[in-house]
Amino acid sequence: METLLSSIAILSQWQVLVALLLGSIGGVIIGALPGVGAAVAIAILLPATFAFEPIVGLTLMLGVYGSSMYGGAIPAILINTPGTAVNALTTYDGYPMTKRGEGHRALSLAYSASFFGGIFSVVCLILLSPLLAMVAPHFGSREIFLAALLGIILVVLAHRGQVFAAGMLASFGIFLSTIGLEPVKYTKRFTFDMTWLTSGINLIVVVLGLFAISQALLLLVDKDHKPGEARVEGNLFSGLSELFRFKRVASVSSSLGVLMGMIPGVGEFTAQFLSYTYAQKTSKTPDEFGNGAPEGLIASEAANNAVPGAAMIPLLALGIPGEALTAMMLSVFYVHNVIPGPQLFQGQLDFVIAIYIALILLNVIVLAFLLSSTNLLLKIIQIPTRFLGVMILTLSFVGVYSLRNSITDCAIASAFGVFGLILKRLNLPIVPIILGMVLGGIMEVKLRSAMARVKSPLDFVDRPIAAVLFVMILLILILHVRTVIREHKSKRLQETSSNSDTSTQQG
Amino acid sequence: MAHIKTLQELFRRHRRPGDIVFAILFLALSVFLLTQIYGETSWVKRTKWFAQPRFWPAASLIAMTLFAIFHFVGSVCSPRILGRWLEVVFWLRSLEFVLYFLLYVAVVPLLGYLPTTVFFTCLLTVRVGLATPRFLGFAALFAVCVAVIFRSILQVKIPAGQIYEAFPEQIRAFALTYL
Repeated sequence: METLLSSIAILSQWQVLVALLLGSIGGVIIGALPGVGAAVAIAILLPATFAFEPIVGLTLMLGVYGSSMYGGAIPAILINTPGTAVNALTTYDGYPMTKRGEGHRALSLAYSASFFGGIFSVVCLILLSPLLAMVAPHFGSREIFLAALLGIILVVLAHRGQVFAAGMLASFGIFLSTIGLEPVKYTKRFTFDMTWLTSGINLIVVVLGLFAISQALLLLVDKDHKPGEARVEGNLFSGLSELFRFKRVASVSSSLGVLMGMIPGVGEFTAQFLSYTYAQKTSKTPDEFGNGAPEGLIASEAANNAVPGAAMIPLLALGIPGEALTAMMLSVFYVHNVIPGPQLFQGQLDFVIAIYIALILLNVIVLAFLLSSTNLLLKIIQIPTRFLGVMILTLSFVGVYSLRNSITDCAIASAFGVFGLILKRLNLPIVPIILGMVLGGIMEVKLRSAMARVKSPLDFVDRPIAAVLFVMILLILILHVRTVIREHKSKRLQETSSNSDTSTQQG
Repeated sequence: MAHIKTLQELFRRHRRPGDIVFAILFLALSVFLLTQIYGETSWVKRTKWFAQPRFWPAASLIAMTLFAIFHFVGSVCSPRILGRWLEVVFWLRSLEFVLYFLLYVAVVPLLGYLPTTVFFTCLLTVRVGLATPRFLGFAALFAVCVAVIFRSILQVKIPAGQIYEAFPEQIRAFALTYL
């Protein structure tokens, strides 16, 4: 009870409340703008938050992170343009519903499902807390090393069809984290005798380049797109009651969102894919999926909104970010010397609970805002994309330059901006670079301290959690190889049968 | 022959225009960095392998090069979509905006954040073909809001313009602190 009161006291500071309000509403607007995602906004805001208390900065970022997907559903449903990448699946059923005159029903269901997913994940987080507080202290150096390694492997394997690209980019990220002065032996690594490389490559500069500047450049160079106009009429509250008819799909999708959010490197896309497949397979009308099935819409929105809350679990409990946004949040912790990990649950439980309450509040604020301001948002998203590019590039300056007032940082960020633009154009993943940078640094430090007490290789996995993690890594690799072989065989079979079909026709 | 076909099928993927150019450049970068490993990192005596400063750069560069080779092979084995050089030109066109950005960065400490930002947003608005009074007005208003929010209210660390020193005394202190 004392901890809860202490958490409420933390949250009741006016700065925290303002950050929560601005983050939540700003996140919805940012999410609704096609071409600007939460990652761009968080990257820009990151250096500005360093001046704040950790809870203020984190609340602002959590607000943007947790609310952007709500906003992204609006253009996805009404104009068939997902506001953020994770709303792409929402267009499958949301837009067909709009076309048959059920736009307000689709939006209302999307908001309700998002709210359900968001709250569900926070409740899971709260329920899991005592367990986490119990398990987290058993994570020593070798367990954290193995968890980080698992995260790297998962982020590579999660990019189906792009595993090699994800692998080379994750390795590139790890390499970037090694540049500069080595912290123990003080020897130079890949500095090429240039002083500006001695302090290494700053994670935030890379993040801003890859996410914000690259997006600005892409919008500035590409043709101008103006989202179509739309308007929504009707009562948006109706979805809340309608959601109860689909409570099974909403609950399972949210659970999958929580599960996938907790696993480093996996995230929203896998959660959505699994929930959508589940909803379709268990539906009485599976043929309607893709043509305006409410269950499809609920599955997509509940799953993606359950992820942010769950993604905080590995970050807070182990200090391991599962994806790019939590990796950015980790730097807020580091700047303020708050080290997330087992000790956070033991020493600063009120801080952790304050974050949970902030997550609940942000869902309530966003739902209230959306129910009253959807038509206003539809006007805001009419900004031409090239003008958006101008805005993002201008804001990127604040992000990079305010860090150290360094022109070199701006030049490095610009170089990563061009690199990010190329990756985006080629549809290659950016996230592995960021996770490689963060997890690479963690792996280097933890391996060094873990190996000090290890005499034989088996000692490394002689503790229960380390053994479980090691077995998981092995299983994941074996299962991946098995899936690749199976897919290859089925592809060959398909080709053989289609060849025989063709030959029959020709004959 | 059958083995080569199987290998081709295993590596085949969807490939966008320009993919092979990127694959070659990235592979070249990986190989170049790997060849520099002895000169750019050191091996410290009486230190175990896991604590060697060379260990992580070497491990990451070996992995990077191996994956880059596979990515390149995948690119070669996959069906080509035409438009490679048009795509490369698209990448290069972004350098024009990078140049504007770096000029903006260089000018801010001289002319001050607010005036430079107003000029920069208006210039880019004209450059992207939105030179109407409405959009120029939006651009200027946006620039003022950004400068006020970040420098005046949030007090983000951006140096004051040198030009402010020449301002009359009454407004100099205000400009140095808030604009």
